[in-house]
Amino acid sequence: MPIIEIENLSHTYMKGTPLEHRALKGTSMVVNEGECIAIIGHTGSGKSTLIQHFNGLIRPDSGKVMIDGVDLSKKRIDIKGLRRKVGLVFQNPEDQIFEKLIGDDIAYGPFKLGLPLKEVRERVKWAMDMVGLDFEKMKDRQTFALSGGQKRKVALAGILALKPKILVLDEPTAGLDPKSRNELLDKIKFLNKTENLTVIFVSHNMEEVAYLADRVYVMANGTDVLSGTPEDIFTDKERLQLYQIGTPETVQALYRLKDHGYKVDTSAFTISEAAGEIIKVLANGGGENRG
Amino acid sequence: MEPIIALENVSFSYKINENNIVSVLKDVSFSIFPGEYVAIIGHNGSGKSTLSKHFNGLLTPNSGDVWVKGHNTKDDSKKLDIRKGVGMVFQHPDNQIVATIVEEDVAFGLENIGVPREEMKQRIDQALEVVKMSEFRKRPPHHLSGGQKQRVAIAGVLAMQPDCIVFDESTSMLDTFGRNEVLQVMRQMNKMGMTIITVTHRMSEAAEADRIIVVEDGKIVMDGTPREIFKHKEVLMQLQLDIPAVSQMAEMINNQIPTFSKELIHEDELIDEVKRVSKVRSGEVV
Repeated sequence: MPIIEIENLSHTYMKGTPLEHRALKGTSMVVNEGECIAIIGHTGSGKSTLIQHFNGLIRPDSGKVMIDGVDLSKKRIDIKGLRRKVGLVFQNPEDQIFEKLIGDDIAYGPFKLGLPLKEVRERVKWAMDMVGLDFEKMKDRQTFALSGGQKRKVALAGILALKPKILVLDEPTAGLDPKSRNELLDKIKFLNKTENLTVIFVSHNMEEVAYLADRVYVMANGTDVLSGTPEDIFTDKERLQLYQIGTPETVQALYRLKDHGYKVDTSAFTISEAAGEIIKVLANGGGENRG
Repeated sequence: MEPIIALENVSFSYKINENNIVSVLKDVSFSIFPGEYVAIIGHNGSGKSTLSKHFNGLLTPNSGDVWVKGHNTKDDSKKLDIRKGVGMVFQHPDNQIVATIVEEDVAFGLENIGVPREEMKQRIDQALEVVKMSEFRKRPPHHLSGGQKQRVAIAGVLAMQPDCIVFDESTSMLDTFGRNEVLQVMRQMNKMGMTIITVTHRMSEAAEADRIIVVEDGKIVMDGTPREIFKHKEVLMQLQLDIPAVSQMAEMINNQIPTFSKELIHEDELIDEVKRVSKVRSGEVV
């Protein structure tokens, strides 16, 4: 069942001024409940403008935006209710952190919901656990002395503590070390698959697109130009080049082998699948398999 | 050879309040020599960003000394020489771009240090050429892609003609294309003799360097060539790091086909090794 329906959405910044800029030009998208959707595309393709529609930070200029039954083109909407449903984590975590202590920062949202203290504490603990921050050790740490990656985790925990129905992430793992990255991806996958949280994320990192997404939307020039499963997208070499979309490092290596005449399946993008493709080629007598 | 940057017993801590001090760097000593290409890796909060801010005196140690081209970074009278010697490129290209036209942005630093008009023009031309952004010189930077913006930021640093450029996670906000663009520029500048220091979370990017320094809990725990460092997969995993995807693939292939080398770190090597092994297997003479 669709939880988000976007139809022919347009948005123009600074309308009627010399700096007028059309960021979205009739883009469409459908997200079903419980899906994990990746949005990829160049800087300036309209990704950030699009996701700011999901919790009503930007209201549609023209076109339709339906979020869990709420029509955002209507004048009077329950914006508070909408923001409870849709949690948005921005690209720059420092923009979202304003309390002095980590625990207080994550508790801010649940407090504002008017939840009892005990539940606020439980939610903060749960959210910190989800992003891999030790509750006892970190809750009273000061936020300003955190590294970029730690700030990102705090910002995400602050949103998770609100228990949204839809989670929207802008570059969730940029700046994270490999272990934190893998852990966070696993947690997002868990929330998506087990807790049925609908997840939409913007990413430049094709490994994480391949790992997480059920479906991918490719944005270019303010509109959706391509959509499909990661397999569909990463095997469409012509369009990858046309829209300058990168591939995971594994797929990149497989494409190069294919160019050298090896019969490998380029839709294998996990490391073990890609290694398996190479083993298959070599086990089949290597050179004889070329063609 | 004289080191370009030398750290001697450097310690640094952030004071949160009277009885709460977070110690970030703990007695760190090492040197970086002219022409080196060094990658610094370490997990979030290991201290690598704090470390890189010591390379041009953005931060100065609480104890110990940092020497840049023979100047102590604590010596305020040498600050300009130090900043001219070591340039920095940061994570967010948007935070580094100040002007509304590409060439004016590149000119910004030069105007500040009073470079004569003619020389300024020359330096801008050269810098934009190195980063392959000459055709964009009259364009407003905010419509460029992330990789293009980052290249403009690099040109701005390059025009100052530093001996060394520090890239602090400068590719982490870029897509594969943007990242490859920036990596190419880094490699090219290094070939021209520039010292490059890059702080990164991407192991395939660290593999491009000649030397990797691993930071853990404010200390240097490993220092060597990428090939040496990436042999220690278990240690790296414990340090919340990893080995490049290519190395992981090579290891898995080696498990099934022992003649396939497991010590590969570059994509080119993987391709060559597949060619070599498949030739052997199909009975061709190597």
